[in-house]
Amino acid sequence: MTRERKPAVGVQAPPPCKSKPAQAKHSPVAAPAKRTRKDRAAVAAAAPETPPLELRLLADMLRIRRMEEKCAELYGAGKIRGFLHLYIGEEACATGTMHALAAEDSVVATYREHGHALLRGVSMDAIMAEMFGKAAGCSRGRGGSMHLFDVSRRFYGGNAIVGGGLPLAVGLALADMLQGVRRVTACVFGEGAMAEGAFHESMNLAALWQLPVLFCCENNLYAMGTALARSESQTDLCAKAASYKVATFRADGMDVRAVFDTVSRAAQQVRAGGGPAFVELQTYRFRAHSMFDPDLYRDKAEIEQWKQRGPIHSFSGQLKAEGLLTEELFLAFDAAAAAEVAAATDFAEQAPWEPVADLLKDVHTPAGADEGGAR
Amino acid sequence: MRISYREAMRQALREAMANDARVFLMGEDVGRYGGSYAVSKGLLEEFGPERIRDTPLSELGFVGAGVGAALGGLRPIVEVMTVNFSLLALDQIVNSASLLRHMSGGQCSVPLVLRMATGAGRQLAAQHSHSLENWYAHIPGIRVLAPATVADARGMLAPALADPDPVVIFEHAQLYNLEGELADDWRCDIARAAVRRPGTQASVFAYGGCLPKALQAADELAAAGIDVEVVDLRVLRPLDIDTIAASVRRTHRALVVDEGWRSGSLAAEVIARIVETCFYDLDAPPARVCSEEVPIPYAKHLEDAALPQPAKIVAAVKELLNV
Ligand SMILES: Cc1ncc(C[n+]2csc(CCOP(=O)(O)OP(=O)(O)O)c2C)c(N)n1
Ligand SMILES: [Mg+2]
Repeated sequence: MTRERKPAVGVQAPPPCKSKPAQAKHSPVAAPAKRTRKDRAAVAAAAPETPPLELRLLADMLRIRRMEEKCAELYGAGKIRGFLHLYIGEEACATGTMHALAAEDSVVATYREHGHALLRGVSMDAIMAEMFGKAAGCSRGRGGSMHLFDVSRRFYGGNAIVGGGLPLAVGLALADMLQGVRRVTACVFGEGAMAEGAFHESMNLAALWQLPVLFCCENNLYAMGTALARSESQTDLCAKAASYKVATFRADGMDVRAVFDTVSRAAQQVRAGGGPAFVELQTYRFRAHSMFDPDLYRDKAEIEQWKQRGPIHSFSGQLKAEGLLTEELFLAFDAAAAAEVAAATDFAEQAPWEPVADLLKDVHTPAGADEGGAR
Repeated sequence: MRISYREAMRQALREAMANDARVFLMGEDVGRYGGSYAVSKGLLEEFGPERIRDTPLSELGFVGAGVGAALGGLRPIVEVMTVNFSLLALDQIVNSASLLRHMSGGQCSVPLVLRMATGAGRQLAAQHSHSLENWYAHIPGIRVLAPATVADARGMLAPALADPDPVVIFEHAQLYNLEGELADDWRCDIARAAVRRPGTQASVFAYGGCLPKALQAADELAAAGIDVEVVDLRVLRPLDIDTIAASVRRTHRALVVDEGWRSGSLAAEVIARIVETCFYDLDAPPARVCSEEVPIPYAKHLEDAALPQPAKIVAAVKELLNV
């Protein structure tokens, strides 16, 4: 006699779904949800047809800021769970960097990647749905906030292993070099990753093989609660990188224009075949490391000091002084960002859950399925 | 044609390189040196340094780069000198290669082939004698193969490369010099275990470096009038439970031979599957011969005593049969 035991999967009830799964209107450019007629008139009056780069940088920083603030709120409401690492205060880094890259470039990021994904063109709807764990999320709800993926936009993920993305970036760049594709692979990581062996191995490989990797270190001075000086013998990060014979660049990560200019120059050099480059962006996170962090290791005065240099606040001040921005226009951008966030939250709320029956889907590639990647 | 396991492997590599421009080999000393086990000898001259790529001593870095290159459209074959050093790359195997497809919601596959030598038996002492196949066989998302014959050394690479997901190939270091007749059809189904010697009184399951030992034991048992079946597990993940169970249903007795340590071994998993699947077909409790739970010692007599040996297999089968 033979007795086969059924696998124990598929017996769980699906997670509760409060709102009815609806066919939410999904638009890549999120539809402004509850915008008043007055708002619309303001945007129409104020926004030029193709806003100059400066205004796009500002608008995108606002989109990240408002999205992150909403995430914090939704975390408190229990809609987003798990680890959530906010980017508030660091928006100039992702904004300047993503604008400096070309559409065909590849990006490998960390768990603090919501802003990078958004500016890579992943819709806020898909990001928010992923945060909620919904099937409409950009990783079908399997990844969550730390693992946003969109291979169609060459966004190779949020990686939650510190330093884990660096070797992947080296490999993507190696594939490009061997296939004769001219493109930059940008790898974003925190300064904490520079103490990992993966950083050193990756820098060495990329420099040895002259691969088109742009190493973007977002130095926010802390790795969780460990300040840079408490973890690195050499706190001059560019000096560390330079020891691998890699070209190094440094920029004020609170200044979006400086980030854009610096990363543009670095990317240009990489794209031109100059081998890898390393960029240090000096920045600061205004919030705790994650939602679990009571933030007891930093001086409140230090945080306040950095907030004075907030990237949105200081850049909009500059633009106003230069006559490029009015308060109405600023408010219009802000309202548009808030509307996009509201629509994305609605979308995520209403999106259906992945059926538990699909739990084991995509552990392996089904026969005939698209393997993704660069074809 | 008579051929060594090493030469069979090399032929497979050469064929893969010649057939598909996306395939390249990368690892420590695979080029100039010719491979630490001389598997890739001559391939550098044939295919050049771009595709037979020597790497620095950076297991984590180049295994991760292999994952990235697979994402980027290539078909990398990454050689890690031995399983012992693969521990430095475990993060990229377990935290990247195996789970990227699922974690991204099915957006990307990782068509990576990872080859590594494994096993003890050459007096290399504790740090160079690990058998950790079961660690890898524990991980969803990857396929784990253990070629133990010249035919499988020749035949496993092509289907492994055709698999869109990561495949880990364990080459037991004791097998490289093994010689055998390579049949005309060496093609290999990497979903199936293989019956290497049919028999009736007990099933002996083995893989990798333990297969020749199991076959030798079967010869000795035959001389004593005991007829055992020897099954080469060869696909360690996913286990081919159909072939395993079919054998148990024929012989009603099962012995698993595994060079891994007993606790939490692959042998434990095979026995659990047998018990789950065909408990009522068993005429005796399943048994296993594993390595002693000790770091593998240097001294020959101690190393021999620590590892599964034909004599231990013979004794275990006799106990299973109560003779
Ligand atoms: C290999 C590894 N070790 C530890 C952790 C836990 N951890 C998560 S984030 C973090 C700090 C990383 O700091 P940094 O690289 O500076 O990035 P930041 O969070 O400041 O953006 C740590 C220690 C981890 N995820 N991975
Ligand atoms: Mg940091």
